[in-house]
Amino acid sequence: MSEYILEVKDLHTSFFTDSGEVKAVNGVSFKLEAGKTLGIVGESGSGKSVTAYSIMQILADTGKITGGEVLYKGEDITKWNKKQMQGFRGKKCSIIFQDPMTSLNPVFTIGNQLMEAILLHTDRNKEQAKERAIEMLTLVGVNEPEKRLKQYPHELSGGMRQRVMIAMALACEPDILIADEPTTALDVTIQAQILELMQELQKKLGMAIIIVTHDLGVIADMCDEIIVMYGGRVCERGTADDIFYHPCHEYTKGLLRSIPSTSRMKERLVPIGGTPINLLNMPKGCAFCARCDKAMKICLDTVPQEMRVGDTHLASCWMNVKAQYEAENGGIRNEQ
Amino acid sequence: MSSNDKNECLVEVKDLKQYFPIKTGFGKTVPLKAVDGVSFSIKPGETLGLVGESGCGKTTVGRSLLQLYKPTGGEVYFKGEKVTDQNIKALRKEMQMVFQDPYSSLNPRMTVEDIIGEPLDVHKLYSTKAERREKILELMELVGLNAEHATRYAHEFSGGQRQRIGIARALAVNPSFIVCDEPVSALDVSIQAQVINMFEDLQEKLGVAYLFIAHDLLVVRHISDRIAVMYLGKIVEIADADELNENPMHPYTESLLSAIPMPDPNLAKTRKRIILEGDVPSPMNLPSGCAFRTRCRYATEQCAKECPSLTDRGNGHFVSCFNK
Ligand SMILES: Nc1ncnc2c1ncn2[C@@H]1O[C@H](COP(=O)(O)OP(=O)(O)OP(=O)(O)O)[C@@H](O)[C@H]1O
Ligand SMILES: Nc1ncnc2c1ncn2[C@@H]1O[C@H](COP(=O)(O)OP(=O)(O)O)[C@@H](O)[C@H]1O
Ligand code: SF4
Ligand code: SF4
Ligand SMILES: [Mg+2]
Ligand SMILES: [Mg+2]
Repeated sequence: MSEYILEVKDLHTSFFTDSGEVKAVNGVSFKLEAGKTLGIVGESGSGKSVTAYSIMQILADTGKITGGEVLYKGEDITKWNKKQMQGFRGKKCSIIFQDPMTSLNPVFTIGNQLMEAILLHTDRNKEQAKERAIEMLTLVGVNEPEKRLKQYPHELSGGMRQRVMIAMALACEPDILIADEPTTALDVTIQAQILELMQELQKKLGMAIIIVTHDLGVIADMCDEIIVMYGGRVCERGTADDIFYHPCHEYTKGLLRSIPSTSRMKERLVPIGGTPINLLNMPKGCAFCARCDKAMKICLDTVPQEMRVGDTHLASCWMNVKAQYEAENGGIRNEQ
Repeated sequence: MSSNDKNECLVEVKDLKQYFPIKTGFGKTVPLKAVDGVSFSIKPGETLGLVGESGCGKTTVGRSLLQLYKPTGGEVYFKGEKVTDQNIKALRKEMQMVFQDPYSSLNPRMTVEDIIGEPLDVHKLYSTKAERREKILELMELVGLNAEHATRYAHEFSGGQRQRIGIARALAVNPSFIVCDEPVSALDVSIQAQVINMFEDLQEKLGVAYLFIAHDLLVVRHISDRIAVMYLGKIVEIADADELNENPMHPYTESLLSAIPMPDPNLAKTRKRIILEGDVPSPMNLPSGCAFRTRCRYATEQCAKECPSLTDRGNGHFVSCFNK
């Protein structure tokens, strides 16, 4: 048995579309300890959600895991059949989405949906399921839970719906909660409520959390580990301090320079130039190469492997071995 | 009529009200008070940021200011002149709007040239075809689009590029004031930075003033000279951008700022978040007195009975609260 609740090893996921194979995830690996929080950040299209959906095996019909393993308590669940996966989803691992309306059915009441989830995954009877539903709504801070059970999703505010989603996701006490942009659609003050709620519930229930977001601010203070994705690959991983204060990948550095920060409020922002990569046609070397000012010859033709840059900190960028590389190669420099 | 005092303001909004009639059944309607007595002014070349929860009335302020709605009450002055049904057409050349969603605000079947050329046509701002073309290319260059893009269709462009097209169109009539409604919200961070820089460059070059509406408070603080905070149709606080952030006085502003997701772990860990209880009340069923009282930890009896108004706390810092 493994000490990790979840291990993703060299995951590859593609979509087979009319215009060709879209390589959305290209070798993502990470380990998640029970009760810990992992943050996944990156720009739109970097493969964050597809990574999450691959774990749950809820990809679109054209999508397929083309390589790698997803180990749940040491067992490779990519080999599991439909039935086994049904038992995994909701019971062992739950997911909440950016827009709760995508997972809440508008024609059924909150109570109906919440109780159905409970009845499906546990051996409670109807009466007990209702009790549990009320208990869960109370836990996530929905006031007047008994009244809410009879309401329809559209009768609730956005923040309230997200709470219901969290209640539903946690009703069967999964080991892992995946939150895909859980607060992106919400206002700042409501966003703070939801993030606080997730942390509080983690303390109470002890589940591990994977939080997927494009917003660096959201994950700065709640993750044990952060991975930064670009072009379907992990470009850097480490603690929040590693990533925010000692970024070692040119993409992470660029990302941090492009947002306003309180210490450099009036300074001009430094955008990342160029256009996002085309996953139909992945470059041979570093995925960020075409947009990187520091790109060297080696970046063009060799994918940088992960290099350790600190105790808890790894980065896949050739800049980290530039000095060494130059010494070994008699000072070959960037001659573009 | 126009004292020196007035000339200092480019745009002045006085007690603006915008109510929408909402049908409740049984042939009855109730007013939804989307904007309820908003006043502010903007100087030439200045950026006023406007922030607040979704649905609090930011977009509506922008739209009624430009008379895209007929305001229920209040006045708008432009360069000291009162904006009316009669002069608004001419003033449209001076006051423009850039919309939130670069995906839906442009007609996908129009070429970039047509989109930017439309306001030139409407206001007859050229005498020859060649001059029209030249103006369009100039505008495209100004916002960082290539000349080759001119004949391509809007749907062929990325979000950031579309936002540039929208801005080029707004600039075509050479306005001195632009309402920017969430102009970067739909864009990825790396693209956001490009568009924000472009807004700043244009202001420096052309001296345009902005009413900059956005929900990302760090972006607003970065770009704004002053910031106004709205809650349920009213401005609750307005101040210099740094002053507001360093010394927020209204309880709502206080919690709003404390909730900003900070991309800085040490800051995020050490600061104290003030988590608000509950949700924003419905604008059709506002609480009596101060609209914030249902979520306010400083609320007293007075707050339920009377409505606070904006009062001057010095240095252009205005707050509407009895207890702060
Ligand atoms: N059903 C699909 N068919 C084809 N391509 C897809 C599909 N779903 C996702 N992709 C592609 O996979 C890539 C990664 O998508 P993903 O949704 O994971 O991005 P993301 O990082 O979550 O971005 P966002 O922040 O926009 O949600 C994108 O290029 C996307 O276009
Ligand atoms: N045309 C309209 N008819 C009825 N209600 C409207 C209309 N436009 C806006 N509203 C309402 O007015 C309030 C303020 O809206 P809006 O200004 O768009 O908010 P924001 O831009 O701050 O998100 C909301 O409650 C909204 O539903
Ligand atoms: S590996 Fe090379 S191209 Fe990639 S981020 Fe590092 S320096 Fe830039
Ligand atoms: S007036 Fe009263 S309720 Fe309103 S913000 Fe101030 S203290 Fe709170
Ligand atoms: Mg996503
Ligand atoms: Mg709006």
